[in-house]
Amino acid sequence: MDFLSDHQPEMLPGNRQLPPTQGVVEAPHGTTIVAVTFPGGVVLAGDRRATMGNVIAQRDIEKVFPADEYSAVGIAGTAGLAVEMVRLFQLELEHFEKVEGAQLSLEGKANRLSTMIRSNLGMAMQGLAVVPLFAGFDVDRGVGRIFSYDVTGGRSQELGYAATGSGSVFARSAMKKLFHDGLTESEATTLVVQALYDAADDDSATGGPDVARRIYPIVTVITEDGFRRLTDDESSEIAASILERRLQQPDGPRAALL
Amino acid sequence: MSTPFYVSPQQAMADRAEYARKGIARGRSLVVLQFADGIVFVGENPSRALHKFSEIYDRIGFAAAGKYNEYENLRIGGVRYADMRGYTYDRADVTARGLANVYAQTLGTIFSSAAEKPYEVELVVAEVGDTSDGDQIYRLPHDGSIVDEHGSVAVGGNAETISSYLDQRHRDGMTLAEALKLAVQSLSRDTNGSEREIPAERLEVAVLDRTRPQARKFKRIVGGELSRLLGESADASSESDDDGEDDAEK
Repeated sequence: MDFLSDHQPEMLPGNRQLPPTQGVVEAPHGTTIVAVTFPGGVVLAGDRRATMGNVIAQRDIEKVFPADEYSAVGIAGTAGLAVEMVRLFQLELEHFEKVEGAQLSLEGKANRLSTMIRSNLGMAMQGLAVVPLFAGFDVDRGVGRIFSYDVTGGRSQELGYAATGSGSVFARSAMKKLFHDGLTESEATTLVVQALYDAADDDSATGGPDVARRIYPIVTVITEDGFRRLTDDESSEIAASILERRLQQPDGPRAALL
Repeated sequence: MSTPFYVSPQQAMADRAEYARKGIARGRSLVVLQFADGIVFVGENPSRALHKFSEIYDRIGFAAAGKYNEYENLRIGGVRYADMRGYTYDRADVTARGLANVYAQTLGTIFSSAAEKPYEVELVVAEVGDTSDGDQIYRLPHDGSIVDEHGSVAVGGNAETISSYLDQRHRDGMTLAEALKLAVQSLSRDTNGSEREIPAERLEVAVLDRTRPQARKFKRIVGGELSRLLGESADASSESDDDGEDDAEK
């Protein structure tokens, strides 16, 4: 925020001095975030686990946040820094909207997030990286879009589906086999939970649906009507139907060989 | 050597107040009313782009009469204050009272500083509560004083006539359509007592609606929704015309 950097630069995450450290700083890390577009919108979802080294730091962390009415951001990487970054990002979008009387374009929002990630590069070099996934409904074009980032703030638009975080490799492979252009909203929400299940299956840092504690992935949908987070009942229903199928087929749905 | 004319402080202040009041009186008036589900802002504004009302924060709205560039300046200052407060502490820690105090300080300093001309603005800062008892409305005249208002408030050129009209007719628990109708009636009265029609496209209407599910309660009412509400109130008025007259007589 330009005003903040002029008046109270110490409030901006990128402007803090880092003490010199030995080795890697231990802090909770968020893990897998996935996103899928469907005609009319986009789905963004994340698992609930935060890890610190080999320890599970938190079982029910929330890593997907609404950025404004038509966009959401899911965070992977150092949880503390990422949550602060999201808070500042939300504030900036809202501030812009109130001062200018109009929302930023989706491209504008994505670019802004890119700058914020780049300002965190110093910390990222010390192992405190933040790598979010940004998804939103482009009101001008009438489609859902996904933007992924690298640790230096490099931004790229992803077509169809994307994933970030430690389990992203497995999630992406799962989505690759399941994704097609004509998904409905409910198919898309099922798809992301399937992908998170596969990520949790192969990546120890990603949490699967926790039936005993009733902790289920956070699934959010952004359409023309704005941002909506699925209720716990809805996401538990999706998780339950997937679990039931996986009791017969532990590896999930089969894709055709040819 | 020439000596400057002596002007007594009383005279200087009176002149400044007179200057500011005249500037405000040139602008169109606007009214802020409580209704059952929140607070409604109504004003006559031919421009679609230059707003008199705007959102400051989740539950806080802003209305201003007078010179556009001056109140726009104050509005942006208010948004910055509120956003910074909310970011540093928590969203719940941004209150209309705090904001009104900041505005009062700013306006008061400008008014009494000899180097600057006084701002020709009159502001209203309103916060919607969980119930209508929690609603707060503050009026901030040009000199930096704060007036805590209840029920209804009018600012701008014709404010005195309008607010006495509103005071007689406003009651608690009005519906949005009723409050809107009353507001439009009050605005269409001129200083000399004659009435004129204000078409819907010249009205600017916004509400702070406590029933909105979102955290941000501010919403502009435009186009179809506005004409629907105005139509509703017209129907209601034809039915309850007699009652309305009786109330006014008392």
